[in-house]
Amino acid sequence: MREVAVVGVGMTSFGKSQKSNIEMFSEAAMDAIADAGLKSRDIQSLFLGNVLGGFEEGQIGMAAFAAADIGLPNIPATRVEGICASGALAVREAFIWVASGAYDIVMAGGTERALVMGTSYATRTFQMGSDSRYESGTGVTFPAVFAMAANLYAKKYGIPLVKLKEQMAMVAVKNHKHGVHNPKAQFRKEISVENVLSGMVVCDPLQLYDCCPFSDGAAAIILASADVAKKLAAKPVYIAGVGQASAGPLHNQKDITRFKAREISAKAAYDMAGLTPEDIDVCELHDCFTVAEIIAAEGLGFFEFGKGSEAVEKGETTYGGKITINPSGGLKAKGHPIGATGVAQVYEIVKQLRGEAGERQVEGAKVGMTDTLGGDACTIANIILRA
Amino acid sequence: MEYKLTYEGFYEALRKDKLVGLKCLECGAYTIPPKKVCSECAGEELEVVEFKGTGEVRTYTVVRVPPEGFDAPYVLGLVELAEGPWLLGRIVDVYPEQVSFDLIGQKVKAGHLVQEGDKFSAGERVVVAFRPE
Repeated sequence: MREVAVVGVGMTSFGKSQKSNIEMFSEAAMDAIADAGLKSRDIQSLFLGNVLGGFEEGQIGMAAFAAADIGLPNIPATRVEGICASGALAVREAFIWVASGAYDIVMAGGTERALVMGTSYATRTFQMGSDSRYESGTGVTFPAVFAMAANLYAKKYGIPLVKLKEQMAMVAVKNHKHGVHNPKAQFRKEISVENVLSGMVVCDPLQLYDCCPFSDGAAAIILASADVAKKLAAKPVYIAGVGQASAGPLHNQKDITRFKAREISAKAAYDMAGLTPEDIDVCELHDCFTVAEIIAAEGLGFFEFGKGSEAVEKGETTYGGKITINPSGGLKAKGHPIGATGVAQVYEIVKQLRGEAGERQVEGAKVGMTDTLGGDACTIANIILRA
Repeated sequence: MEYKLTYEGFYEALRKDKLVGLKCLECGAYTIPPKKVCSECAGEELEVVEFKGTGEVRTYTVVRVPPEGFDAPYVLGLVELAEGPWLLGRIVDVYPEQVSFDLIGQKVKAGHLVQEGDKFSAGERVVVAFRPE
């Protein structure tokens, strides 16, 4: 396989938008194209993450319309859907098509406009990411899945629930603190542990601030072969490894304090890169819920199983700690437009590895990683990047 | 290759409070809810079996913000069945406001409830509902 680099990145601000899915995508896409010093006609193929366009705007077939919007009505344009991991899957697809030699320059993008649906309808449509015949009918939601994971985590590792809830709250506090320095974040406001612990209960034991928001937003990146990249960007950021795995419905997974899909996917990415968790300087991981960040940090190998919540408390997951996790503010503060998230995570890592992250720069970051989880962990993908 | 036990077959049994699934004739593992092949070994030789319907709650939550079409609060749990597989279901005959961490480890017996269909669901859903034993 050929070496592949990210040569351009773009994203919209996340939060509430009056723009359509395609309009948001096109803004991010043209920013990425300009960042690379290209014209849109240089893009040979598009992979677009989008999950709920049919329910948000009555729009399926999004990829073809998105490509046409940026002047590419005839290129192969493919919508990629893996629930909340859709954007990461689009990046991985684009990587494979360039690595294989089929194309030299490919765009991976993602867009989502969830806020237009309102909480009740959005919760129903997000719930479509659970097994529809055997699980959705119970009324299970993604907060419910991670609430069950939190209770199981406390039970399995013998951590009093009160203690775990404080440690989970510290994840939210940290990510909000990081998000303050991200001009594109949905929330740029510090919160306290007390704020988290006094919020409304969504699904016991998860409270409002344990949960990421519904969001609108888009992101796009351009991948090119190393040969092309050398002629283009001042600082190409290389894709060192990719991984993706599936795990089936929730009932298949049993102990949901460890996601098998993540462990398989991350190992594939580490093996391809010839790297280990100790080599990762900065990570954007899937903190859809506070407990999800703890579970992910363990599953990626940064901390021992059962020690992830303690690591947060000790400051190991922020600047100056063992590894800086979610400098962008993460899904919690930056926002989580589900089709775009995986692409936006790569955007942040590219900014970090280029040294362009401003006030949220992780000093000396050379290797970064993304982790994106779909549904109730039926799909997980990881990307490792190096400067 | 015909599907051995479809969701309609699973629902039909569940309406009578019977939990049915598949036993693999190759590795002996149980698959529930049904799938096309064995969950453990992908074996294709399967027989339909009735499960005991008993198990223990491994984890739970009380849902307070429901999807459209559901009335909160309600209790959900992941239950480890006597035969080994885990199954997601409602936990009923408990008061959501009185449920605590002690629910973990509770022995339960499977029954059912019917969740009416919405425009996305391809008909009504017959849902596993566990009751404390």
